[in-house]
Parts: sequence; structure tokens; C-alpha cells
Amino acid sequence: MKWIKANVCLKIVVAVLMMGILAGCGKEGDSAKGDSGTIEILNVSYDPTREFYAKYNELFAGHWKEQSGQDVNVTQSHGGSGSQARSVIEGNEADVVTLALAHDITAIEEAGLIDSGWMQEFDDNSAPYTSVIVFLVRKGNEKNILDWDDLVKDGVEVITPNPKTSGGACWNFLAAWAYWQEKDGNDKETTREHMKQLYHNVLVLDSGARGATNTFVGNEQGDVLIAWENEAYLSMKEHPDEYEIVTPSVSILAQPSVAVVDRNAEEHKTVEAARAYLEYLYSEEAQRLAGENYYRPIDETILNEFSDQFNLDMNLVTIDDFGGWDKAYSDFFDDGAVFDQIYAE
Amino acid sequence: MEGQIVKVKNKRGVRVIPGFGLSMGVTITMLGMFVLIPLASVFVSAGRLGFGEFVDVVTSRQVVSGYIVSFSCAFLAAVVNAVFGLLLAWVLVRYDFPGKRFMDGVIELPFALPTAVAGISLTYLYSDKGWIGAVFDKVGIKIAYTRAGIVIAMVFVGIPFVVRTVQPVLEKLDRQYEEAALMLGADRIYIFRRVILPELFPALLAGFGLAFARGLGEYGSVVFIAGNIPYETQIAPLLIMAKLEQYKYADATAIALVLLIISFMLMLLINSVQIYMQRFCKE
Repeated sequence: MKWIKANVCLKIVVAVLMMGILAGCGKEGDSAKGDSGTIEILNVSYDPTREFYAKYNELFAGHWKEQSGQDVNVTQSHGGSGSQARSVIEGNEADVVTLALAHDITAIEEAGLIDSGWMQEFDDNSAPYTSVIVFLVRKGNEKNILDWDDLVKDGVEVITPNPKTSGGACWNFLAAWAYWQEKDGNDKETTREHMKQLYHNVLVLDSGARGATNTFVGNEQGDVLIAWENEAYLSMKEHPDEYEIVTPSVSILAQPSVAVVDRNAEEHKTVEAARAYLEYLYSEEAQRLAGENYYRPIDETILNEFSDQFNLDMNLVTIDDFGGWDKAYSDFFDDGAVFDQIYAE
Repeated sequence: MEGQIVKVKNKRGVRVIPGFGLSMGVTITMLGMFVLIPLASVFVSAGRLGFGEFVDVVTSRQVVSGYIVSFSCAFLAAVVNAVFGLLLAWVLVRYDFPGKRFMDGVIELPFALPTAVAGISLTYLYSDKGWIGAVFDKVGIKIAYTRAGIVIAMVFVGIPFVVRTVQPVLEKLDRQYEEAALMLGADRIYIFRRVILPELFPALLAGFGLAFARGLGEYGSVVFIAGNIPYETQIAPLLIMAKLEQYKYADATAIALVLLIISFMLMLLINSVQIYMQRFCKE
């Protein structure tokens, strides 16, 4: 009898302890925000912005201290754009998101975490910096790769990620499509044929942009990497004298979008700081910082300061030329759409 | 004999782990929270699709080819693991050599290493510019970015399962049987085939099953070494990721469910063979 009592007691003790632990977990998460005069902002971003935001966060902290007297501490999270968006939808408490494409932010909007109309919240479709799709080739450019046509030649090995698993790779696909669409005079069949040849030459279809860069740079696979300009410059910086950047005659203006995650920011009482954080990306200092980190500043005058670095004479299309992301996805990337057809045929 | 044990237990009133009720409760909670409920959620999530939709998703050409790549590579890898895992276990149990303990520890590294790290380093080694890959490239064999690469990654993650299931059985195996067989005039191959293998076979089969299942579900290391080209080197878990990227949760779980059911049936098959073998051996 005594033994049974002891057993019951033990059970109760364990149960109480476990509840305590669980409650503790919950509390810690809540109190981390907004205590002791320091504002905490979580910026959920994608892979190649790591270096830029590390510097920008310092810049912004100084600006915010000056303006409001408050200390602000920005925490970064990086990963593939799509999976980052998914993590926010599934409960990652991001105050702001700065992702590779508007489509991923729209997905968060559809989950009810961001108010519709976020694209008009900041200037230039809420894209404070842009990039373009370029080719990274090995020093000397042995295969003489100058434009998209050279990528479909026999024996040229191309590295690009899979648009079905990498948001960034959608830009690559669309840039190529834009080139041939113009060249083929809107003849969809011929363009599709060209795209088929292009992907026929793809040696490795990595699941993400960083993986593709690693395949091309680290494992020395392929002759050309289709990449974001900023990513290409980063590879050049890390391996000087090993690579060259080739800018094709037609490309697409990649517009990485930013947005305040309204529901989370309201809950954390960080709406004001989060807005200011994104607003300040348009300031002169931040724009220059973006340029220094190989993103194209949206501010024309500052962009021109970097005219040595960027080829400003490229013929650039935008996602609007494809009718927006929803249409681009249903035309090209959804199951059974053009990208699947290319491989199925 | 049995009555005696029970008597002792009753006298003292203790079991080795105190409180059957509590430990059983914890067991069921753990099993539920970490295994059964997540698995059940796969069924629930896939259930959101109608039957027709479900069939459409899992029988689409790309998905079927993903299954074929996954199962064939995982099977090959498990066979390789069974053969070489047995050999490894044999060497570790039956021989003494310097560095044996170190080698024994190294076997478990694939458990501990993040699979992405494994994938990146394997790719680095086995690509046509890598140390090992370059040698094979000279004779015209490409490993990384082909199905061979997928098999290699699966062998890497699966090998500890075979070694660690065979090892203890091998340790307990009484050498007297082998000696007796030798005295009775059996040759080495015969002894291995008729004396050692029947004892080891259930464990080997279990190791094979575990390695197979592990390879089937492996994503982290395989995506780096596979070229991920549709219909050629795209594994089923990658297609699941692709569906998730498109926010198609139900489709993704539908693919996963089929994977789960097939693995479960395979495990069931392996277990029944094992049970059959054990009975067969005892007679």
C-alpha cells in the first residue's frame, strides 16, 4: 500500500516537473522580445544576403538608436528562399522577411500572416535592391560562352539549380526564356525547343542556388554556372583570377522582395521598428552598402556610382513581362507545365 | 525454475526498473509523441487528397521514376552493405590488430556526421575532379552525379547498421562448432556456408533491412552527389521536397506515404523471413 502511494506521488512529481519544463519553454520565447529597452527583430532571409545584412544590421542599429534612442538587435536567419518562407508559415516568428522572390512572400500572405498590398508598402514593388542573371565561366572562357546561344551548343556543360526546388532558379529559367522568346519572335514551340536543349546540357540540377555554386566552384563541374550577379561576384571575390563573369544580351531583373510580417510584428510590438528597418534599406547609405555587396541599388544615382561594376546596358525584362509570379508558375513551373514537359519529352 | 524467480520478485517487491505503470506510461508517451503521432499525421495529411488525386500524384511518371531510382539504389546499397558489413564485423570480432578499437569507433561516424557534410565531402571525392573520382574517370567511369553516386552515399549512411547488428551475434558465436566441423572434415567454404552463415543470417538480414530503409529515406547526402536530373538521378525524397517548395503538402505526404507503406511491407517481409529462419535453425 505504501509502495503504491509512493508511486502515485512520483507520478505527480514527474507530471508537475514536465509541465514546468514545458511552461518554461513557452515563457522564454515570449519574454525574449521587447524586454529591457532593447528591441529584437528577426529577419528571415535567403542564402546570399548573409554578408549584406550582417553589415546592414549594424548600420541600422546606429540609425535607430539616433532616431528613437532604443537599442535594436537584429537576428538573421538564412536558407533557401522557399523553405524560409515555409518556416515562417509554420511558425518561425519572423518580424520581417527579405526573400528571393515575391512569390514566396505571397505564400506567407496567403497564410494570413502578411496583409495584402505588402508590395505597395515600400517603393519599387518593395524591392530595395535588385540583381540580374549572369553567367559565371572559368578563367579564359575556353568554350567561348558569350550569350544564351552558346549554352545550347554540343559539349557545353551547364550548371543551374532546379526551379522546382529553388526559387532563385526560376529567375534563371525565365531569363533564358526571355532571350529566346525575343529571338524566336514569340514562337513558343521554338523557344520550348531551345529550352529543352539548354536543360539537356545541364549536368547537375542542384536543389538550391548555393548547392549549384558549390558544384561549379567547389567540385569544378561544368563550363558555365547560371547565377545571380551578386552570387557570381561573391565567387569571384573568394577565388580571384579563377572565374569571369559574362553578361548575356538579354536577362531578367531579379527583384528580391521585402515585407513586414504583420501578425508577428504586432504580437512582438515591433511594427514600428520593423517598418523602419525595411524603410531604411532605401536610404543612401544602405543603397551604397547594397552596391558594395554586389546587389544593384534601386536608387538610380547610386547605381550609376557602380557603373564600373555592373553592366548597365543589358536588355532586362521583369517578372511583369511574364504576367506576374502566379502566371509564371502556372505557365512554367507547376506540375505538368513547361519545365516538366521539357524533361518528359 | 520460473516459479522461483517469481517468488524472489514478490518477496522483495521490486523490479529492475521501478514502477511498471510509470515506465510503460513514459514509453507510450514517447512512442506516441515522437513516432506514432507524426506517422499518423502523414496519413491524415495525405488523406486530404481524394482517392483519384492520390493515385494521380503517386503514379505520375516523374514520381514513379523517383521510386524506381530510390528503391533500386537503396537495394543495391543494402546488398553492398550486407556483404562488406559482414566482412567488417568479421574482421573486428575475429582478429586482433593495432588500431582495432579506433576502427570500431570509426564505423559509427556515419551516424554522427550531418548528412549534408557527408554528401558534400563524398561529392568532392567522387566527382571526376576529386581524388577517387579522377581515378575512375580515367577508365571512363563517372561516379558523382550518376546513380553510382547515389549508391555510394547510401552505402555510407547504411554501413553501421549492418556492422552493429552482426557484430554481437558474431561475438557470441561459439567457435567450438567450427572446430567440430573442421574435425569432421568440412572445408572452409562449407563451414562458412553451413555453420556460420545460418547463425548470422537473421542478424544480417535485419542489418540489410535497416540499411535499406535508411538509404530509402536518405535525402541530405544524396542530393549533393546525385545530379538530380529528372527521370535519371532524381530520388523520391527530392520529389517530396519539390512538392513542399510548391506548398503542396498533401502531394508531398502522398509520395511519402507510398514510400512508407512499401518500406513497412519490406520490413514485415524481412521480419517474417527472420522468424522463419530462426525456427528453421532451431530444428
